[in-house]
Amino acid sequence: MFAACADPSLIAGPEWLLCYLTTGKHVDFYWSFLTVLILLAVTAPTALAFGFGGAMAARSPILPVRLVGKGYTAMVRGVPDIVFFLFFVIALDQGIEWTVHQIRCPDWIEPIRQGLEFRVCPQAKVPQGSAPQSVHELYGFALAVLTFALVFGAFAANVLYGAMQAVPKGQLETAEAYGMSHRQVFRRVLVPQMWVYALPGLGNLWMILIKATPLLFLLGVKDIVYWARELGGAKTSAYAFPHPDWRLYYFLFLMAFYLCMTKLSEIVLSRLSARLSRGQATAAGEALRRAAA
Amino acid sequence: MTCAETIAAYAFRSLGYGERLLPRTDFTLCQQFTLIGSGMIWNLYFGMLALAAGFLLANAVALAKNARSPLARVPADWFVFIFRGSPLFIQFFLAYEALVLLPRNGIVILGMTTEVSWLSRAWAGALIVLFLNTAAYSAQIFHGALKSIPRGDLEAAEAYGLTGWARFRRIEWPTMLRLAWPAYTNEAIFLFHATTLVFFSGFPAFQQRGDALYYANYFADKTFNPFIPYPIVAFYFILLTLGLIGIFGFVNRRLNRHLPANVQARIRLRPQLIR
Repeated sequence: MFAACADPSLIAGPEWLLCYLTTGKHVDFYWSFLTVLILLAVTAPTALAFGFGGAMAARSPILPVRLVGKGYTAMVRGVPDIVFFLFFVIALDQGIEWTVHQIRCPDWIEPIRQGLEFRVCPQAKVPQGSAPQSVHELYGFALAVLTFALVFGAFAANVLYGAMQAVPKGQLETAEAYGMSHRQVFRRVLVPQMWVYALPGLGNLWMILIKATPLLFLLGVKDIVYWARELGGAKTSAYAFPHPDWRLYYFLFLMAFYLCMTKLSEIVLSRLSARLSRGQATAAGEALRRAAA
Repeated sequence: MTCAETIAAYAFRSLGYGERLLPRTDFTLCQQFTLIGSGMIWNLYFGMLALAAGFLLANAVALAKNARSPLARVPADWFVFIFRGSPLFIQFFLAYEALVLLPRNGIVILGMTTEVSWLSRAWAGALIVLFLNTAAYSAQIFHGALKSIPRGDLEAAEAYGLTGWARFRRIEWPTMLRLAWPAYTNEAIFLFHATTLVFFSGFPAFQQRGDALYYANYFADKTFNPFIPYPIVAFYFILLTLGLIGIFGFVNRRLNRHLPANVQARIRLRPQLIR
């Protein structure tokens, strides 16, 4: 990156460290933090939308819809989530390829499951075998996001369902007495009030989501854990910057990163909770009212 | 191979007994059930030992967090924050890298050479991480319970002349446990779920002796079919969860036995997942 770094064997001390920390691979490492943040930024709203849909379905008066909603929320209980993560990615991948296969190669006669192998016609490979590396990486990332959203959507559905139940019945009945339709009650009374009940659960979920991001590594995305292992490993003198096994320091750095994220989230969530409690019929809302008076 | 022979060959494969070679072709359902079940031994081992040891440490940390002196409170707060604030996954990696760096020939303490290489093996290293992790999570639960002991109970204890250690042992501690128990049950369940991370993070499986997920992943990789091994893991874990709820429910009833039925705390399973 810098001109002085052209020949690393000639420099030493802080300058060496500066050059070492700005190599191309390290820049990739720093970008991978962005990958994690993008994952969080994309997954959180998607999971919330899935959760909202799940909670609405679980409250539906139509039996099949309700069963789907309840089944979705019940899915995550009792089974380690990492099993879901490993399972979903393969299942999704195979599901997509199978669907594409049915569309593009209707006259393919060989069975798709040949004993131990999953074989679709070459046109149905997603992404195409000839696609550039970046497309493959993007596809892997998209699969990971979808998996995260599905699993965390189920958790969020649980939380939102509970929050919808927690809104005082009197509020809903009053709204109905004023002649609002079911839809209006839902939109104007239930949804604005449920957030304060949902916030502790959703905040918890957000923390869990932050702490789940290293699982990206298991899903084959080149995330911060991948780079920490790659860069930290001992480098012989065949490399430009030889050093012993430094993985410990890289992981300490990751640990510090996660602790900062947690602390930051805690602060933001407590502010948000105070903001949402304003004017609500809860103990926190009452405390705010008294403090203001 | 009949199913009985498979069970005889692989039931303790995860501990290194029985058939050495894992099946390579013609996978049967029986093999998958047996090997994954064999891996469950490790999940049980990690879960039970970490839970038992973590319970003791969690009590101490909760008390330290509640202490007035900052000398006790600040380290306890940091301990809880570090282990609750970072992913268990990273903790495993970090612990492995740190333990590998220990000198190979042992450490000399007071002129005696102590062997330390066993610390970097999963059975010890991962157990330590899980133990500290569950201690931090449980300490937070116990601390919350300690804070919410009804004031009337404490005043009544004082009125009867119970102070200091006697008050703690007879009033505060049992009440804390009773209040914390439903949340602690969840913690125990999710600790068992977290044991699946051991062989997926830093700690390598020695001679293919892994846990349930390790073998499930082996089968999924070999057969390209995730629809059999992973549901088997899920099946085992649902059984384990039901068993845990049974045991913890029994303790919960005992902790609540002096209370009228309508105020007794019920255990509710809450999804609280990944750490």
